[in-house]
Amino acid sequence: MTAAILETRALHKNFGALAVAQNINFSLEPGRFEALIGPNGAGKSTFINLLTGLVPPTSGSVILDGQDVTALPIEARVKRGLVRTFQINTLFNNLTVAENVILALDEHHGQGWRPLPSPSRRRRIRDEAYDILGRLGLTPWGNREVRELPYGRQRLVEIAIALALRPKVLLLDEPAAGIPSTETGTVIEVLENLASDLAVLIIEHDMDLVFRFAQRITVLVQGAVLARGTPDEIADNETVKAVYLGEGIHA
Amino acid sequence: MITAALTILFHGLAFAMVLYIVSVGLGITMGLMNFANLAHGAFAAAGGYVVVVATRSLGLPFWVALPAAFVVVALAGAVVERLVVRTLYGADELRQVLFSIALLFMAIAGFTAAFGPLQQQPEIPAALSGQIALGGVEFPSYRAFVIAAGVVILAALWLLIGRTRIGMRIRAAVDNRNMAEAIGVDTRMLFTLTFALGTGIAGLGGGIGADVLSITPTYGQEYLVLFLIVVAVGGLGSIFGPFLAALCIGVVDVAGKYLIPEFGAFFIYGVVIAILLAKPAGLFGVRS
Amino acid sequence: MPRPTVRVEPVKRLSVPHPGAAAPSTWRGLAMGRTGSDLAIAILLGLGALATLAFGESYWLLGSQVAITMIFALSVDLLVGFAGIVTLGHAVFFGVGAYSVGIASVRLGWTEPLLGLLLAAAVAALLGAATGVLVLRTRGLGQLMLTMAFASMVYEIANRAKPLTGGADGLQGMVVSPILGLFDFDIFGLTAFLYTLAVLAAVVVFAVLMTRSPYGRSLVGIRENRVRMQAIGTGVQKRLLSVYTLSAALAGIAGALLAQTSQFVGLNVLHFSLSGEILIIVALGGAGRLWGALLGAVVFTLFKDRLSALDPAYWYFWLGLLLAVIVLFAPKGLIGLVDRLLAAGRPKETA
Repeated sequence: MTAAILETRALHKNFGALAVAQNINFSLEPGRFEALIGPNGAGKSTFINLLTGLVPPTSGSVILDGQDVTALPIEARVKRGLVRTFQINTLFNNLTVAENVILALDEHHGQGWRPLPSPSRRRRIRDEAYDILGRLGLTPWGNREVRELPYGRQRLVEIAIALALRPKVLLLDEPAAGIPSTETGTVIEVLENLASDLAVLIIEHDMDLVFRFAQRITVLVQGAVLARGTPDEIADNETVKAVYLGEGIHA
Repeated sequence: MITAALTILFHGLAFAMVLYIVSVGLGITMGLMNFANLAHGAFAAAGGYVVVVATRSLGLPFWVALPAAFVVVALAGAVVERLVVRTLYGADELRQVLFSIALLFMAIAGFTAAFGPLQQQPEIPAALSGQIALGGVEFPSYRAFVIAAGVVILAALWLLIGRTRIGMRIRAAVDNRNMAEAIGVDTRMLFTLTFALGTGIAGLGGGIGADVLSITPTYGQEYLVLFLIVVAVGGLGSIFGPFLAALCIGVVDVAGKYLIPEFGAFFIYGVVIAILLAKPAGLFGVRS
Repeated sequence: MPRPTVRVEPVKRLSVPHPGAAAPSTWRGLAMGRTGSDLAIAILLGLGALATLAFGESYWLLGSQVAITMIFALSVDLLVGFAGIVTLGHAVFFGVGAYSVGIASVRLGWTEPLLGLLLAAAVAALLGAATGVLVLRTRGLGQLMLTMAFASMVYEIANRAKPLTGGADGLQGMVVSPILGLFDFDIFGLTAFLYTLAVLAAVVVFAVLMTRSPYGRSLVGIRENRVRMQAIGTGVQKRLLSVYTLSAALAGIAGALLAQTSQFVGLNVLHFSLSGEILIIVALGGAGRLWGALLGAVVFTLFKDRLSALDPAYWYFWLGLLLAVIVLFAPKGLIGLVDRLLAAGRPKETA
């Protein structure tokens, strides 16, 4: 078994007396596509926030690519390949779609401090941006401001920005949320075509999506890992059924 | 030694109360409407001028002039809120700041045109113009009145905000405006009332405090930093926070100026910077 | 729908495979706006400067003031318009720049003007970095207040430190050596005008390039969405501190120019009203648009020169009224009006 690209060791978070993450031990290997599920308030988003550094843990550690990143700020983790999307679109609404991606590309290429423009480099970056947009079917929208896009397309821009950062680990926070069911196909297609060495952790309420793609599922309830296993194992797990899935899921 | 301490405490308290009376309304309106009103001090100055005109030109008693200052300035505040401030709720900070600076500048020009550039003093009633002995030291009795007025206004606001239906609505709207609207609170009316109340109290503070912060056309600009400091340190949307902040700033400032006259003016900034670094949302911020 | 934009790209780019990229791809976010207006204003300002040089001897002194205000306005626009940091204390950097060269000349006998600019930039940048660390830790009202508090503090220091600054009397008897040892400052103000214009040109070129650079775009990104910038790997605090420092340095240069060309430094260079005025200038021109800030500085300074000659108190009234009108009716400032004017004059095939 390959070494984990992302790992948590006894990751714990209290908000006052409430434990929202209870000694979570989790690991994710390169190339894996896993899902994190659980009822509302189970602490899924908190877990993502702990991973990315938005929320500091009470105890425990986050290991990224063999290095302890628990003390690193968000941006340093991003630079090391830990990238997330947001559950609710968090985009530069007044910039064009291409510009959104270009911003991310600039940062990824370490150009964020570059105080002078360079036309040739700029053309290269723009082509790179359009490559990514092309993969997401966003090319025709490249020159439109984000706020002009329908919500479903904006969700894809979220993913485009994430891909521009060349992640090693991609955390997808409900990528299909808010997209009409007729359009989830695009998201699925995108997810199917992600690079093979990329590790993906997806939080999703759409169980069809989860059970279709995930190689392994982690069930979180009240901040603790209730179960972890293949889709079949999870579907057959009596506790999970009782607590979360209910009956009649994934026969 | 004790005399010095008493003097510092007394004058510090008087200064603090003036700061509080003028600033408290600013904090409430900022907390409730998210409107950065840099013209707040101009309303205080307007109150000062109302008291000056009432006592000097119209010969009205001081005790009539003070409520008049509150009423006139509150009405002016309500008009300004209805006409223009309203359109800027939710606008970005820069526009709000600029607009209130515009108000401030026009007020300065207006005051200069009407009253001239020099300082104006209201007529103080005979009962308050003497001295009062406290712990063996003589103090001007007017400043004792200022201190009492500050405490009375704090108590009145506490009753109003904490114990009445209107106050409950204000607290609810500060806390969660959308929810307050969802349960049917008329926030439009509430905003006008609060703005009027906040500016009215400032007007009262301008009148009462003319002895401490002198009434000149540029009042609203000169003391703006102080008012903002009180609010930022005290926390937005709170009535006790600014009180404690004003106490702290008033006493520190007077102590600094009394003990080390050369550098006294810097003490207050040092304290403020330290507090804001430790608690960016202020001491008692309901909202940061 | 795509906006009409002036294209700088060669036409053959139209044939690249991705159709979306065929449209102009200047940085179109709020920051860059429309190049047409920028160009129009640049030409207008350039012609104005030339005309003043050729025919307006009596305006040379005023011209230097305008150029200095333009540099100051650019420094504030980078901060307020691009990075989205509102400050009401930027006069502190302008003033510190002015006092740096003033004190260097009067107390130390350092009179070389170009080194003076460097000195002013360095001192202002240091102060900017030191206060920026604190100012940028807070947001909103707290931030506004801290900028004011620092400015008041420095004003108070300058007021008290009479032996150094001359206090309320100002710093008198300033000597400035000829520029590059060649061009002496003359009484008509021609050298001063050309000197400030040259510095202005350098600052404008730098600012225009910077706002089109990845760094400049990242500032816009932070203004538009700070959380997202962090999530794409930007160290937001450091980036903001850098622009705060840079902006302070530019303001310091502007202040130094004022000291050198007027050979006097008074407390008013540190006053709150200057911080207010420069913010007004940026808003008047159109925040977030460099050419807007430049236009605003010209219009404002000329306006002020006319009106404050009548009566300083009335000037405040007109200033307030102008500002209120801008905020309520033209939030995009003068350059927004230029945009509309140009759009109206253009055939509307793309609408």
